[in-house]
Amino acid sequence: MALKKFVVGCFDEEKVLFPAVDKVRHAGYKIHDIYTPFPVHGLDKAMGLRDTSLHTAGFIYGLTGTTTAVTFMSWVFTKDWPMNIGGKPHFALPAWIPITFELTVLMAAVGMVLTFCYICQLAPFIKKHHFHARATDDLFVMVIECTEKTDEAALSAYLESVGAKEINTQVAEDGWWIGRYDREQKLYNEPNIA
Amino acid sequence: MSLIKYESQVREPLVDGHKSYHDVTEDICHTIEAKPTRLWYIGFYISVALLMFGVFSVYREVTYGIGQWNLGRTIGWGWDITNFVWWVGIGHAGTLISAILLLFRQRWRTGVNRAAEAMTIFAVICAGQFPIFHMGRVWLAFFTLPYPNTRGPLWPNFNSPLMWDVFAISTYFTVSLLFWYAGLLPDMATIRDRAKTKFRKMMYGVAAFGWTGSTKHWQRHESLSLVLAGLSTPLVLSVHTIVSFDFATSIIPGWHTTIFPPYFVAGAIFSGFAMVQTLMLVMRKVMGLEQYITLSHIEVMNKVIVLTGSIVGCAYLTELFMAWYSMVPYEQDHFFKYRIAGPYGWSYWLMMTCNVISPQLFWFRKLRRNITFTFVMSIVVNIGMWFERFVIIVTSIYRDYLPSSWSMYYRPSIWEIGFYLGTFGLFFTCFFLFAKYFPVIAIAEIKHVLKTSGESYKGEMTGIERMTDDQLYSEAHHHDDDHHSADVKVAHN
Repeated sequence: MALKKFVVGCFDEEKVLFPAVDKVRHAGYKIHDIYTPFPVHGLDKAMGLRDTSLHTAGFIYGLTGTTTAVTFMSWVFTKDWPMNIGGKPHFALPAWIPITFELTVLMAAVGMVLTFCYICQLAPFIKKHHFHARATDDLFVMVIECTEKTDEAALSAYLESVGAKEINTQVAEDGWWIGRYDREQKLYNEPNIA
Repeated sequence: MSLIKYESQVREPLVDGHKSYHDVTEDICHTIEAKPTRLWYIGFYISVALLMFGVFSVYREVTYGIGQWNLGRTIGWGWDITNFVWWVGIGHAGTLISAILLLFRQRWRTGVNRAAEAMTIFAVICAGQFPIFHMGRVWLAFFTLPYPNTRGPLWPNFNSPLMWDVFAISTYFTVSLLFWYAGLLPDMATIRDRAKTKFRKMMYGVAAFGWTGSTKHWQRHESLSLVLAGLSTPLVLSVHTIVSFDFATSIIPGWHTTIFPPYFVAGAIFSGFAMVQTLMLVMRKVMGLEQYITLSHIEVMNKVIVLTGSIVGCAYLTELFMAWYSMVPYEQDHFFKYRIAGPYGWSYWLMMTCNVISPQLFWFRKLRRNITFTFVMSIVVNIGMWFERFVIIVTSIYRDYLPSSWSMYYRPSIWEIGFYLGTFGLFFTCFFLFAKYFPVIAIAEIKHVLKTSGESYKGEMTGIERMTDDQLYSEAHHHDDDHHSADVKVAHN
């Protein structure tokens, strides 16, 4: 939770954006993030982000569901309350397949969605700083974080040279806070970073 | 890994008109931002009135008992379970469109998936009401849940198909809801960022969960969608399979058949697509979305209808054949004396006409692309599919092994009909609210396919079609080297 200074460059074409990402990275600037209105395939690779391991989490949640269902039903029907249902075996594995399957899917799906919301910090009443309102409409908004060494003017000029249409500097909170979008938020003041 | 992604020019564009990204946002958001029309109010009030009648019918049933319905011996399952299976079936198309077609990379799904998923969720809510209120003592419905209770603890019977149903339907509802809402987040953010009034800003701000559109979030979102699609695909097949087990695992002639699971699943997709057609045809007209839900969307859905309708037809004939081939007199009597003939014969032939014979007209391209015909046909199919469930349920149990207890003639009471009408009210109330306050088309997904499948970008494919294999190959590799894949011609997939 800290205020930081960012240089923001907006692009309106993927064709311009991709080479720009490459050039900006090669020039030694660290891209904080790129906000896009839809998933642009390959952009994560171009930015050098590693693959997500969300699906691995999903697999583990699924396995948890399978285990829960099988152990619970076998405990109920063989230990806790064995019932004679038409003389059928107590340990009736084939008859448990439907519930085991459903619980696997349920746990995997719910677990993954909750994990997704947690790692992306998504929840009702969570508010974040948005660098450009059109980032959810038709602009690709590249945000570069400034360090002590960054020369903003040079960076802005560089962004313009690689094709950014709209360039500005913003001091913003880079995390999230609790709030509503219809209200201005008063953030606690920390000394600005130069 | 790089796949060469080019769109054949033979294939029609998925988005008509020469749209930019911003046009897409405008076209889909304008109905949310405008005042509801007169037509919307009329439709909404009719739905609410129906819903109220349904609530009153259910009140009668809960207060005075299940005797308010004309169920009895031997017809213990009548309209209620028929309606349950009918609604669950309708609730299959949405997940099929969003999950299975995602895995098969059918990009036409982007135009219809959002509304179809919403339809799925509402249909499953409607379906759930029937078994719950059929319990009679509905306040004891929580007995179906395996919780440590003071009666032993006495656990529900996990070997029972009715118990499987509880798990299947509730899982299906939860997963569909999560899948739908995860997809909605970015579009909610789009509306939030355009909002001009404070109230709208607040509501969509809350609904969008603080979505920013960060590349990392999109990467995780894509992974989430793909895995949820992978999970939903077997799930959607399992749900109607399990519903069919309610019948197939019993020993009643007419129910006790192994063909039920695939036959029910095909029927569910069949009726689900018919309902999607009914809703989409009205929606695209009223909301002016003809450029997003195009004639080619309607045509492909009609192809699914004719395919699944034919599968269902095969299943009907297989049932008759197996009844004869089995040499079991009870089976034979049920199918040949009491089902296709006898006092309920009319319902069988109505089902045959609506489900098997009339959809065959969709083999003609002219009719597949005719909007009025498609609309009429979608209603016909839904009537047919209701009668399919009625035929399976009622004609199998109105004459059982003991002729002295044969019952004739099952007529639903006004409260049974009221309950059914009430679920229509519930469904359409939800759908009207959805159409007004939610983005009915997945905005982000349309933007994603716009540059390859939009009308104005199709022209760029001419050059690629003329390329030789070698040129295409070197093109792909050249772009691969400098991490460049935004180009329309080549993209990481």
